[in-house]
Amino acid sequence: MAALIWISLALPMLVAAAALWRPRAEWTRYSQTGTAVIELVCGVGLVLAVRSGGPVVTAGGLLRVDALSAYLLTVVGAVAVTATWGGLRPRSAGRPPNGRYSALICLFLAAMCLALLADNLGILWVAIEGTTIATAFLVGSRGGRRALEAAWKYVVLGSVGVAIAFLGLVLLYAATEAAGHPTLSWLALSDGSITLDPGLARTALALAVLGFATKAGLAPMHSWLPDAHSQAPAPVSGLMSGVLLSVAFYAILRMRTISDALLGPGLMRGLLLAGGLLSLAVAAALILRQRDYKRMLAYSSIEHMGLLALGAAAGGPLALAAVLLHILGHGLTKASMFVVAGRVLSVEGSSKIADVHSLLARRPRLGVPFLAGMVALLGLPPFGLFFTELGIIVGGWQRGLGWPMGVALVLLLVVFAGLAQHTASMTLGEELEAPAGPAPAKSVQGSNVPIALALAITAVLGFAAWPLAHLLADAVAVLGGAR
Amino acid sequence: MPEALFSELLAATTGLLLLSATLQVWRRSLTASIRLLAVQGVALAGLVAAIGLHDHELELLPVALLVLVLKAATMPWVLSRVSRATGATREETPRMNPTSALMVVALLTTLAYVVSQPVVAVNPGPASRAVPIGVALALIGFLVLLTRRRALSQLIGFVVLDNGIAAVAFLTAGGVPLVVELGASLDVLLIVLILRVLTSRMQLAFGDTDLDDLTELRD
Repeated sequence: MAALIWISLALPMLVAAAALWRPRAEWTRYSQTGTAVIELVCGVGLVLAVRSGGPVVTAGGLLRVDALSAYLLTVVGAVAVTATWGGLRPRSAGRPPNGRYSALICLFLAAMCLALLADNLGILWVAIEGTTIATAFLVGSRGGRRALEAAWKYVVLGSVGVAIAFLGLVLLYAATEAAGHPTLSWLALSDGSITLDPGLARTALALAVLGFATKAGLAPMHSWLPDAHSQAPAPVSGLMSGVLLSVAFYAILRMRTISDALLGPGLMRGLLLAGGLLSLAVAAALILRQRDYKRMLAYSSIEHMGLLALGAAAGGPLALAAVLLHILGHGLTKASMFVVAGRVLSVEGSSKIADVHSLLARRPRLGVPFLAGMVALLGLPPFGLFFTELGIIVGGWQRGLGWPMGVALVLLLVVFAGLAQHTASMTLGEELEAPAGPAPAKSVQGSNVPIALALAITAVLGFAAWPLAHLLADAVAVLGGAR
Repeated sequence: MPEALFSELLAATTGLLLLSATLQVWRRSLTASIRLLAVQGVALAGLVAAIGLHDHELELLPVALLVLVLKAATMPWVLSRVSRATGATREETPRMNPTSALMVVALLTTLAYVVSQPVVAVNPGPASRAVPIGVALALIGFLVLLTRRRALSQLIGFVVLDNGIAAVAFLTAGGVPLVVELGASLDVLLIVLILRVLTSRMQLAFGDTDLDDLTELRD
């Protein structure tokens, strides 16, 4: 089964190399979705392998897949299929993406994959820095001053933040060296067999979490996120919002487990609570007065990352399972929304909320998925995000975080009000005037099937998570949820 | 290697690191700053070689060579090409004048000694006593990132920050495992190359590389 690990890493790189070497139209058009399907298949295969035979280890222990990594690899695959298939424009819609663009998307997927499969924290770090490298030119690929500005801020802030995480890992390694077992293996650090100097371990883990939080878009290190996510092309925004943030958050989850094993829950709980509540507050304040719908979606991502941080701060089986399920639901929904927003932008020619109105009446092929996606994102039933948000709040309550969860609920209400108001102004309303231009033919817009599929999965997630129940329980056990 | 010689080598290389970073804060000339970066690279490579010889870890010698090639030659070369391509040779109006910046450097160095206490305490020895210099270098890199307006200056700040972190890694544990070291070096080099390309594009789009022009995206 270790072969699946190597396939999921090597095939995307081969596809990328082929796209660069021979950028034939058919190849660059379908290579991204193909790579996403490969990751999804490898993810499902690894889930089954881990379920039947325990963690899969290869490369002398540097790569190790447990239930948590396998689950998240599947999530990355599913979200990537949604984003790239949704971003697939038909032949009649003009030139296909060039070879470099396709190759970078494949490398981006491979880097996320490596981050999830690495047991060595240093390799995890290298992979997360690798995602910045792969996405830097994707963010700026639309050209123009705004895209350039977004790319510059993204690369500088992202790499400086991740450099801080590296300092943390260096200090962690120094602490293990002083304890006589030099290692950066997550497994060795989290099973409690090594006793580290608490002062040094505390500094090291705090720095590492702070650094990875920059990449996960948690406030106060979030300022690059709205720029990058609003300027990147739609499928890239979908991937960055839908899964890249979660992959960085996965690094935080791993750090949290180490910290709980070495130092007890106090340190991470404090850091994650502060980051989570601050993110919710920032999102609430800026969504209310937002004028650009792509930036609105970006701030909504900050909100959801804040929720995940709160769930991780709470810990315990309920909140952690809800966090993992929330990553799936949010990823699918957000990827769909960015794809739809990209289509709205290309049809309406403006990303201002005020310039878009009565989408349901004027352009039902855009309006219906937009409204459905926003309802899912708002956390209304029957969509799964309703149940996972409830799980995080109740889980936190059970673990003695009544006050923070109360504050979070109030902030969530503010976010809800802001998003609902913007959505209503964009989608509802009578058709005041004749459509500005001829309704775009179906063939120019790309398929609605991936979006319908993704939203349908999100809709049944709350009721029919039972096929995932064992997997989630195993993944929560990896995170030390039983403690 | 005798202990006394090792201590002197450590003092010389880390001293050179701190001195070059301080001069970078003081000087406004970007050309000089890039030359100082090369000096920093040589000092870092010397530091790695000294630690390798002292601890009898011979695999550190190729790492020292890698550091020398990457940080003393390749990166300064890439940055000087940016400087030539964009015509940016001076930081005209930094956000902080050199005198107060030097005061801040003194404060940051003191701060580095305070916050490095847990590291020094865990693993006493001549190498870990020099860890505060690495931390100070990282903090000075931050200072350059925050107080300079030119794109190239931010690039230099990022490299100084990275040099500081590398110095901490070598001083505390003789460096991270080799595979991680290679990956991290490659990542940093690629980031610098990406920022180089973005700087050239900025020159084309804005006719300048002043980061204060980046004001279109805000809420």
